[in-house]
Amino acid sequence: MDQVMDQVTNQVLGQSSSQASAITIQNLNHYFGNGDLKKQVLYDINLIIQAGEIVLLTGPSGSGKTTLLTLLGGLRSAHEGSLKILGQEMCGASKEQLLKTRCNIGYIFQAHNLLSFLTARQNVRLSLELHDHYTDAECDRLVDEMLTAVGLGERLDYYPEQLSGGQKQRVAIARALVSSPKIVLADEPTAALDRKSGRDVVEILQRLAKERDCTILLVTHDNRILDIADRLLYMEDGRLVKDKTE
Amino acid sequence: MPKKTPLSWLLLVRQKSRLIVATAGIAFADILMFMQLGFQSGLYDAAIKPHRNLDADLILINPQFRTLFSVKSFQRERLYQARALPEVKEVSSIYINTGQWRNPETRESRAILVWGVEPGKPSFKLPEVEQQLSQITLLKTVLFDQAGRPEYGTVADWLARSPQGLEVELSDRLLNVSGTFTLGASFAADGNTIVSDSTFLHLFPDRSASNIEVGLIQLQPGSDPVVMQQKLSAFLPKDVRVLTVEEFANVEKQYWAEGTGIGFIFGLGAIMGFIVGIVIVYQILYSDVSDHLSEFATMKAMGYSNAFLVRVLITEALILAVIGFLPSMVLAMGLYQITYSATLLPIFMQVDRAITVFVLTVAMCSASSVIAMQKLYQADPADIF
Ligand SMILES: Nc1ncnc2c1ncn2[C@@H]1O[C@H](COP(=O)(O)OP(=O)(O)OP(=O)(O)O)[C@@H](O)[C@H]1O
Ligand SMILES: [Mg+2]
Repeated sequence: MDQVMDQVTNQVLGQSSSQASAITIQNLNHYFGNGDLKKQVLYDINLIIQAGEIVLLTGPSGSGKTTLLTLLGGLRSAHEGSLKILGQEMCGASKEQLLKTRCNIGYIFQAHNLLSFLTARQNVRLSLELHDHYTDAECDRLVDEMLTAVGLGERLDYYPEQLSGGQKQRVAIARALVSSPKIVLADEPTAALDRKSGRDVVEILQRLAKERDCTILLVTHDNRILDIADRLLYMEDGRLVKDKTE
Repeated sequence: MPKKTPLSWLLLVRQKSRLIVATAGIAFADILMFMQLGFQSGLYDAAIKPHRNLDADLILINPQFRTLFSVKSFQRERLYQARALPEVKEVSSIYINTGQWRNPETRESRAILVWGVEPGKPSFKLPEVEQQLSQITLLKTVLFDQAGRPEYGTVADWLARSPQGLEVELSDRLLNVSGTFTLGASFAADGNTIVSDSTFLHLFPDRSASNIEVGLIQLQPGSDPVVMQQKLSAFLPKDVRVLTVEEFANVEKQYWAEGTGIGFIFGLGAIMGFIVGIVIVYQILYSDVSDHLSEFATMKAMGYSNAFLVRVLITEALILAVIGFLPSMVLAMGLYQITYSATLLPIFMQVDRAITVFVLTVAMCSASSVIAMQKLYQADPADIF
């Protein structure tokens, strides 16, 4: 019963506020485990991110940042509250809906997670092949343009093992952005990089996002990159405690 | 729609050593299956080769006749009774017994199958035999099967050097070899000889002329053997059995398949090959999935479904099936040739066997990929974030 009620309220609330926003979160709670072991990790999260905004999320280890990101990305299903991505309610969504949402979101992981048996080109192309509406020629062009845009025009056919950490992360950015997703989620994308290449990577990310009017939510511990943000969020013990622009 | 990157293929070719191990493993399993199935059918084929070469439309035997290895006889009278039906054109009788052949060089004795035929009438469809039948009308002459075991001696060579004939000892009687033919060794006999009915009775004095082992029935042109088989069965007393040539061959085949462990042994061998194959392919696919677990999870996070990844895995297995099968077929053909030269067993690559083994290979690889799939479901994108 509760859940049904929640969903009804959510629908009403969602309609009023989500039109221009890329992400709308209302009263989101999340738990891990069941029964006695049930443990709440997210408490009453409320957040609206406008389209085109670059938002950085920081907070101590274990505060729930990754959990929030996996919920947003459809990697976990949300159960309590409302969570809307591009107008699609993710709370209680079916597996197919989650999968569809995943296709329209770009991901950048802490580890580059490139497919080791594919070249940079093939890795990037993989995210275009999820969409049926591209032609073969379009794919080739978009992939090469994207890799050139992240500064890897000379290394199109390199395998991940032949690239440095920063270069790999740039391929990952190209992969996340090539299909022009409206939202990119990034979890500590610079954590494995040295200061210089970390800085390069976020600057490329920022530039490309602005060019494409792409919304970014980026989790980081790295204080040196906070300046790229339009807005900073701070999370502690599963709560959003501070929204620095408000 | 964009062309899809051939992930399964790239996964394989980017890991050369794994590909080689997989190919070798599957080829090994396939060769095992090829050899077992080949031996089995080679042994059966050898066992029924004489039956298949009988020149007859229908066969008459004792209902207890199971194998050439221990023959049963029936009254020749029955064959003559069959002639009463107008559709029966001609009948001929064949005596069969095991004799002792003495190698003229080493003087060693060895059992050999002796076929006593009526020289003026149809017996074997082998052209060599048909051409030389007139020669054995002469008492104490014999045709020798040059495809038998080498222990009988190089009869064909000796014969070529002495055109007037070669004297040999068969069941303690002296006979003259007038020519050779080609039939081959089998379970029942290491070799064959063909003599006339009179020579046969001379060789085995305790055999009576009125009891024969196999009756051959030739039908008038245009009569249906199956209809005639029923008609004859109804017409003749129940102490004989009427069979088509193929059924007669099957009686022999069944004897060796069921009465002995042969079918079981070779069947088991083939199953072993199959299981070895599953284990090998499973190992390969499982470690492939484990090694790339985070990459597969990434693909799921990007929006690829479980079903898509399962297809990648199955495709990989099928590619392996083809890559492993082809060399195994070539190698098996070589091994068949070697086996044939060493044992004279008629063992050759056959299309239906190749298809069987290929289907088994595909089944083997699919089964392995289904087991390895379980691992794929563990690739949870929520864990790699
Ligand atoms: N699969 C899980 N099952 C149970 N508890 C989990 C699971 N994943 C995370 N948690 C718990 O949820 C809480 C939040 O974890 P989360 O990974 O979201 O933190 P985080 O803010 O990303 O931390 P970090 O900065 O170290 O990455 C932690 O207490 C963690 O132990
Ligand atoms: Mg985290």
